[in-house]
Amino acid sequence: MPSHVAVIMDGNRRWARMRGLPVGSGYEAGARAFRSIVELCCNWGIRVLTVFAFSSDNWFRPKVETDFLMGLFERGLRDELQHLTSAGVRISIIGDVSRLLKPLQVLLADAMETTINNSRLHLIIAVNYSGQNDIVQACQKLAIKVKDGLIEPEEINEFLVERELETNCTDFPHPDLLIRTSGEIRISNFLLWQLAYTELYFAHSLWPDFGEDEFREAVYSFQRRQRRYGGQKS
Amino acid sequence: MEKQSSNRATQLIEGLGSSLRRCICSVLSVGPVPKHIAFIMDGNRRYAKKQNLEAGAGHRFGFLALMNILKYCYELGVKYVTIYAFSIDNFKRRPEEVQSTMQLIQEKIEGLIEKESIINRYGVRVHFCGNLKLLSEPVKLAAEKAMNATACNSKAVLSICIAYTSTDEIVHAVEEACKEKRDEFRALDKSGAGYGLSGLGENATDRNSPLIDTADVEKHMYMAVAPDPDIIIRTSGETRLSNFLLWQSSSSLLYSPRVLWPDIGFWHLVRAVLDFQRNFAYMEKKRKES
Repeated sequence: MPSHVAVIMDGNRRWARMRGLPVGSGYEAGARAFRSIVELCCNWGIRVLTVFAFSSDNWFRPKVETDFLMGLFERGLRDELQHLTSAGVRISIIGDVSRLLKPLQVLLADAMETTINNSRLHLIIAVNYSGQNDIVQACQKLAIKVKDGLIEPEEINEFLVERELETNCTDFPHPDLLIRTSGEIRISNFLLWQLAYTELYFAHSLWPDFGEDEFREAVYSFQRRQRRYGGQKS
Repeated sequence: MEKQSSNRATQLIEGLGSSLRRCICSVLSVGPVPKHIAFIMDGNRRYAKKQNLEAGAGHRFGFLALMNILKYCYELGVKYVTIYAFSIDNFKRRPEEVQSTMQLIQEKIEGLIEKESIINRYGVRVHFCGNLKLLSEPVKLAAEKAMNATACNSKAVLSICIAYTSTDEIVHAVEEACKEKRDEFRALDKSGAGYGLSGLGENATDRNSPLIDTADVEKHMYMAVAPDPDIIIRTSGETRLSNFLLWQSSSSLLYSPRVLWPDIGFWHLVRAVLDFQRNFAYMEKKRKES
């Protein structure tokens, strides 16, 4: 079973368009699929689930849509927080939250604090996240350490960079399996550094249709793969 | 007599094949053509096993496949091609295998700059991207010689990633960016501009002016010689990046055909380009938005 699964929840808007529904219904259906996947992860013993809720590239969508999405996110989190806490889920947020509205920022900080000691499943939600920015902010932190004389540039190595990445909140920062739904076959600025050896799985179904069967299929595909990390077959 | 006619037959077939390819390339060129395609050439060892050859032979067949693919790419008008020749992780393999692979690489690098090679035919400039200090002296010298010999070529670019991993590339870029900033501060200091390093420290804690930004890091990447890849093709059916072009792959179309690398052909390239063209309008829109 993979320890860390990452998901790009793509296809909500297409799902709604295909049914002649407003985009908001797509996001709501997506939220339902998300809840069911969180539960499956808890039941199957997956330790970390990282979801790409909102990319920094998504701000270019119409304001009406991004407002709706933020509202849905806030409502969903408020409704589910109790349930997630009692289910032993720890919530962490990665990404630049400073651009979100104040009430949502407060709610996110609160959720992270209340669930910090939970250990059944670590749910990492990427909001206003960009893989490249994550690497750059890690570099900025290292640059400041160099400037302050704490480290020499020559001492910078992969371990130091990883320690500063936003995924340093977990002991398993590298996803074993990345699932992207809706048939798009690219990473789109999600976890870039962390995906170095991740098995990538591209599902045809749109996110709201991604349920237990599809998830099981993704995990089976992962279990059949031979991971060599550049070395030889054992 | 028989040999002559069989040679003529082969030439005829090759000629037909070449004409057919040219036709298809013209058709494909009506639509957008990717500027940069990157290849993870996976499957050489499995190919050797399948054909009951000794392990190293798979890489030789892999090299032949590479020459063909380069030819097809440059015929199609793809300006930048990048290949994952040897990862830093591959040093973990058995020492005999590493040594024989390195010997083959050295041999082939030397062959690249011969008069009749594809590199010269298509005016390709060769770059070796990676932590070249990890290579043995002969390989490093061969690489430097090839880079010098092709420095004046300008029609196309071939980036050979050797002793490369993306995380190593990023760390190296950060290190160089930090060194550059540190040297800038020291120069300012020496010139008595009135700012000690601690003075700068106060300014630097102003979050509106970060010490280092994306551009500072990007310009020190080994792969700064090429734009981001439009397509990344990994053969043998494995769907992972294996620490290849992580930074640069954000918007790349990923294509992972099941075929083993030595068996890759023109049609796989056509399929990848068609996929690229199908997604092009959507990707252009995203690019304009960002």
